[in-house]
Amino acid sequence: MFVAATLAVLVSLVLLVVRALKGPTVFDRLVAANSIGTDAILLLAVVGFLTGRPEFLDIAITYALLNLIGTLAVLKYFRFGDLAHSGGEEPED
Amino acid sequence: MQIVIDILSFVLLAAGGVFMVISAVGVNRMPDIYTRLHAASVADTLGAGLLIAGMMLQAGPTLVTAKLVMILAILFFSGPVAGHAVARAALAAGVRPHVDHPEESADACGADFNVEAVPHETVRDDVKLIRSLKGLRPAGRAAKAKAKG
Repeated sequence: MFVAATLAVLVSLVLLVVRALKGPTVFDRLVAANSIGTDAILLLAVVGFLTGRPEFLDIAITYALLNLIGTLAVLKYFRFGDLAHSGGEEPED
Repeated sequence: MQIVIDILSFVLLAAGGVFMVISAVGVNRMPDIYTRLHAASVADTLGAGLLIAGMMLQAGPTLVTAKLVMILAILFFSGPVAGHAVARAALAAGVRPHVDHPEESADACGADFNVEAVPHETVRDDVKLIRSLKGLRPAGRAAKAKAKG
């Protein structure tokens, strides 16, 4: 039964990669990237169960914590052009 | 007893997998960024929730279940935060929502809705509009007082 779940997660992963490559704006790509991160977390957990090694869940927790930070970092970079920006003022452009 | 848990767990895992695929198909087929966010949030809540519930039934009351609960909690809180941040950044960058009938939407939302050249600060315009309305209010009151007196 874990094989079925793994296959479903892999199929959704492929579809999300298609959107990440196609996406007209950077935000579409970011949505796809965020969902790919979620899929990676679930894939790690399911594969851990599939192979009988639940230690994979620790890696999944780390990925879950990094996923949000990655998305917000890319958003901040495209808004201000600088990750060290204080974010207080509007960008000029 | 074990067979019941196995069947229930399989049903949960299968439903979770189906929702993951539905979410990915929705992300591909939806017309613009805001509706794609809606499709993507299905994977964060229903997909992840059902898959992890199925795995929790298999793991039983152990440390593994505690870790699964932790992953689920992180996903439940980080998913909406990331989605809100992406939607807000898209709006601030001037990405317009896709509408089927722009004229009707323009009638309902005011003339600014269907601007071709999109202003950079969409939110700023709303603030300006509120300020201009506030500026009008004392004038209206003065006119009323004049009519009374």
